[in-house]
Amino acid sequence: MTLNRRVFIGTGAAATFTLGAPALRAAGHGKPRVVVIGGGAGGATAARYIAKDSKGEIDVTLVEPSRMYYTCFFSNLYLGGFKEIGDLGHSYGPLAAQGINVVHDWATGVDRAAKTVSLAGGAVLPYDKLILSPGIDFVEGAVAGWDVSAQNTMPHAFKGGSQTELLKAQLVRMPQGGTFAMVAPPNPFRCPPGPYERVSMVAHYLKANNPTAKIIIADPKDKFSKQSLFQEGWADRYAGMVDWIGSDFGGGNVSVDPAAMTLTIDGEETKVNVCNVIPAMKAGRIAQIAGVTEGDWAPINAADMASRADADVYVLGDAAEQGDMPKSGFAANSQAKVCANAVRGALTGSKVFPAKFSNTCWSLIDTDNGVKVGATYEATPDKIAKVDGFISATGESAELRKATYEESEGWYKGITGDMFGA
Amino acid sequence: MMRGRLVTLLLAATLVAGAGLASEPGDPERGAAVFGQCKTCHQIGDGAKNRIGPQLNGVFDRKAGAVDGFRYSKSLKRAAADGLVWSAKTLDAYIENPKALVSKTRMNFRGMKDPQERADLLAYLRRFSDDPANIPEASPTATGTDHDLDPAILALQGDPEYGEYLASECLTCHQTSGANDGIPGITRWPAEDFVVAMHAYKKKLRPHPVMQMMAGRLSDEEIAALAAYFKDLE
Repeated sequence: MTLNRRVFIGTGAAATFTLGAPALRAAGHGKPRVVVIGGGAGGATAARYIAKDSKGEIDVTLVEPSRMYYTCFFSNLYLGGFKEIGDLGHSYGPLAAQGINVVHDWATGVDRAAKTVSLAGGAVLPYDKLILSPGIDFVEGAVAGWDVSAQNTMPHAFKGGSQTELLKAQLVRMPQGGTFAMVAPPNPFRCPPGPYERVSMVAHYLKANNPTAKIIIADPKDKFSKQSLFQEGWADRYAGMVDWIGSDFGGGNVSVDPAAMTLTIDGEETKVNVCNVIPAMKAGRIAQIAGVTEGDWAPINAADMASRADADVYVLGDAAEQGDMPKSGFAANSQAKVCANAVRGALTGSKVFPAKFSNTCWSLIDTDNGVKVGATYEATPDKIAKVDGFISATGESAELRKATYEESEGWYKGITGDMFGA
Repeated sequence: MMRGRLVTLLLAATLVAGAGLASEPGDPERGAAVFGQCKTCHQIGDGAKNRIGPQLNGVFDRKAGAVDGFRYSKSLKRAAADGLVWSAKTLDAYIENPKALVSKTRMNFRGMKDPQERADLLAYLRRFSDDPANIPEASPTATGTDHDLDPAILALQGDPEYGEYLASECLTCHQTSGANDGIPGITRWPAEDFVVAMHAYKKKLRPHPVMQMMAGRLSDEEIAALAAYFKDLE
């Protein structure tokens, strides 16, 4: 072993005067250890950046039950027929090849006093810093008549993969002139334009394959992301097909009966052929198990994404209470880089730069008709606060809408490359 | 420092001198029409083959006289041996008056006098060349980078380490491979062009809303840091 700076600062009292770096170590282990739970846009990015930028000085373990990651972003394009399911799948192989210990298992426990994570398979992983990026789970009882046992009849399709494929299969099997229903979620939820892009993509599919079919959306909200853009697109491209029932018309007062395939909106029962129930959401369960949630989400310090409950635990992405930032893959990826920089600084004394966050969400309304919304954010003592933003305008030229769609294709390649490495 | 300053001033002077080339950046759509004049001899795009002239895919940043299977004039071969590389600047000069650049070239073309027409044509040709950077104004496409940026801003030396951190935000959309899929590649972009472009977004001279927003909150030092990082990113 060569005597380098890491070894030097890793020994006892010397650690206390290195540039404010706590340089904490799991007992009896040379390298600082980071455990990341969840291999999505937040977790995969954080693991990759910490491993890449620390050049082997930090031991990074990524815990993720799935062998393949199916992006939830762009899954609507699969429903619309613009993508194959295989286009959305990404292997964890490249992360392993970049030196990250990828463990396919469920994290079932976090002991913050002992600084360990326990896995369903029985292993116990010690950590110096723990990063939680578990995504979302659903609030129990959020939609009367629905629970997870009904997800095979009435899919949520708000976690990528098998649920997305199921919803597509149901869409394809719909009888001519049938009804596709969606129960939209209350705020805050993953991917604010997601349900409405989905409606657009379902409409795109139906227009070509089942033109007399109808789409109804029961929505507990009175407005939604990119509303004027979507409504303009629906009127222009899918006239008479889409019926959005907001809270003013009882869209929040719903129940479903999966056995009878009925949806009841404000007392009026409708027989439907497909029912896409997207219930209210909360932080992925491991965040709650770790004891870092307050209510449904995990509060964080915006400067470094550390949990407000524990400075050695960080929460990224949808599970975090993100202030002004929307819950999106882009946002999680952005937060992961701020977090990776802070974690590396804390463990190795590397330079820590100020937090900068950004987000852009593209949505596809129809072929070559893309729109976007985005903003930049900064860390304040209270929250992640919005600095500046923009949104596509109604009435844009076909050329601009096409360029916007092409941009989203570029972004997909960019972010998935950024998460997993080439 | 004196020396760095001098180089910057000279560069700025050169840029001002070159700025009269075209009044606006080339428009590839108009350039497609201009290319009609070239079609009798040149092919471009999928399946393009050498005809009277060599096929023009990937011409930007290519050494002159380097298309396989094309019989070049001695004059052009000599220019190639002397180090002629096709960039926006050399192509512009060649198209303006082929024989002024390569005296006995076999390219029998009287030349294109209108700088805007040439800029449009180059913007069109640019579509068929990928690397190294796919920004229309970046080298090797760059025509005179017309700008009135304070030389002090251009002279800032960026911190590449800070640049690497800041760049992580760019890499969510711009691929590290430099690929150009709906979003342009920005790797290996000469620092000066990068700085000029980012300040143009910051001042909202360039139109793209995402880039205006991203550049809008970057300080002069941060832009310099990004430029320092991206210029060497392979």
